[in-house]
Amino acid sequence: MAYKRPRLRHLRGGLFWVLCGLALAIIVAPAVAVVVGVLIKAAPVLKLSLLTNTTQDVQNPGLQNAILGTLAFAIGVLVIAGPIGILGGIYLAEFAPRRYGGAMRFFSAVLAGVPSIVVGYVAYVALVVGLNWGYSLLSGVVALSLIILPYIIKTTEVSLAQVPRSLREAASALGLSRITTIRKVLLPPALPGIVSGLVIAVAISTGETAPLLFTANWSNFNPTPVLFHNPVGYLTYVTYYYIGQPSAQDQALASAAAGITILMILLLIFGGRLITARQRKMVARLDV
Amino acid sequence: MILVRRRAGGLPAGPARVARPASADLSRGDRILRWVSGAAATVPFAGLTVIVVIMVIWAIPAIIYSGTTFFTSTKFFIGNLYAPTLSVSNGISAPHGAIYGALTFIIGTLSSSLIALVLAVPISVGGVLMLSEWIPRRLEGPLSTFLELLAGIPSVVFGFWGLTVLGPLLAQHVFPTLARLGVVIPFLKGPWAFNGQGLLTASLVLTLMIIPIIASTTRELVKRVPVLAREGALALGMTRYEMVRVVIIPYVRTGIVASALLGWGRALGETIAVLLIIGMANNPPANAYGTTSTLASGIANQLDAALSDFTGMAVRAIAELGLFLLVISLLTNLAGRLVISRVSGDALPVGRGI
Repeated sequence: MAYKRPRLRHLRGGLFWVLCGLALAIIVAPAVAVVVGVLIKAAPVLKLSLLTNTTQDVQNPGLQNAILGTLAFAIGVLVIAGPIGILGGIYLAEFAPRRYGGAMRFFSAVLAGVPSIVVGYVAYVALVVGLNWGYSLLSGVVALSLIILPYIIKTTEVSLAQVPRSLREAASALGLSRITTIRKVLLPPALPGIVSGLVIAVAISTGETAPLLFTANWSNFNPTPVLFHNPVGYLTYVTYYYIGQPSAQDQALASAAAGITILMILLLIFGGRLITARQRKMVARLDV
Repeated sequence: MILVRRRAGGLPAGPARVARPASADLSRGDRILRWVSGAAATVPFAGLTVIVVIMVIWAIPAIIYSGTTFFTSTKFFIGNLYAPTLSVSNGISAPHGAIYGALTFIIGTLSSSLIALVLAVPISVGGVLMLSEWIPRRLEGPLSTFLELLAGIPSVVFGFWGLTVLGPLLAQHVFPTLARLGVVIPFLKGPWAFNGQGLLTASLVLTLMIIPIIASTTRELVKRVPVLAREGALALGMTRYEMVRVVIIPYVRTGIVASALLGWGRALGETIAVLLIIGMANNPPANAYGTTSTLASGIANQLDAALSDFTGMAVRAIAELGLFLLVISLLTNLAGRLVISRVSGDALPVGRGI
């Protein structure tokens, strides 16, 4: 580097760090502003009747059907994407030949990049119309599962890969079969990481709207265990649709739904992070 | 045993890569598990294939009907559903007067995502450098949770916030100032919607949505810069800024390009936030603040009406929009992952950078 006068060098450096500080502020401030802004909008309209009434109620509409629907989707994706994702992660971490595993990992990551509205459209064409499932819980759950599967696969694989080598060596020295090694040796220390992956995947699916618009559609009534031809309501739809309605009552409902959605998601994300942090400590202790 | 022999052969460290026994070493239970989990691991590939195949098959009639009109016309009109006659083009019939031009959506998608990309890259890189090079270690963890926060906020909440908080704020306090630049850049001259709905507000919200993808990759790579190179630079008497420029930036440059491509892909496909903020207009933006639509928001917005088309062509036309969106977002994704795969592919996040 050519010699420059010291003062100029420090001036440049100072300017650079001021700009970097500004950039960091532009990241931190909006993150706070979104959460706080939405909670401030939601706070005045939160009331207990939101939990006891459905959107069907004309006098005093609530969000019971939407909240229950969102929970139904959370359970649904855990049931469908959970086992597939965990098994897929186990395969990639423990069995996959290098090149094949690399290819599957690659496609999984690419799937996560498919726009969610495209997944929604395909689910509409293939499931709602093609297989004649109708607007239903199951169509929505399958669309959401496809979206969060890559996250679960990745976190499972990473959690298994973090288990110290010494444990594998001990298991193999004992002559344990692979399945026993995975069940008794590798899964216990990896479990918190896998669980936190599931939790964050549920957080992501809870916040999705686009893939549900044309698969679950919308219902003013509480979800029922009927899986086909039975539209389901969910929280994000309330925010999306009611905010565009002229009446103040509807807009209040949209604000409340946005507030509840973001509270649920913050809870899930930070719960997941807490589990991961504990796992790191545990794994560090295991390593000999 | 294979396991030990392989290890002795000096395979690189890293637990996941160690044991890969031959089939002969596996018990029956092992083989069943390998088979079942192997099937599970191919589900994403299968899903991706199904998505591409269905989009192509559904789009074909619309591709034939529209021909090049798809790229040249800004008019997307599903036709007069009550007219007694049909429009026929290239042997395919659609409701009278139907035109499926995607140019509006393409312009909206490219402009909003490129504005977001241009803003997000320097902000993410600068913020991460500040975080990892300047801020005390103690504060790094707490401050980086804001990145996770940004990654976790759902699209619809961003849309709600952009519509009710950011938009009005910009329209009242920021746009008037920006509009003064209109003398130099005519595109920045007004007018704008009173609530700020339009291209620029949507682009700013998109910026926030893709920052976590670029920032998390940069952060991961900055952590991997060899300590000796940093220390060597400082020992030569460089200032911290020069160390960043000479050592860190060259090390993370590829990663930034790759994650920018991924972020671009996400900005292209973002639906609900954009739909709420960009104003759902079926025309190209009149100026930087103008209302318009993107491919993704157009699909979500038009599908309801398209379902009422008795010839079924409108749904096919939307499949063509979706196919085009799918192709460009797959291309950015593939490009991003290929750029970096040799060096440090695992630094790239899956999905939204959470």
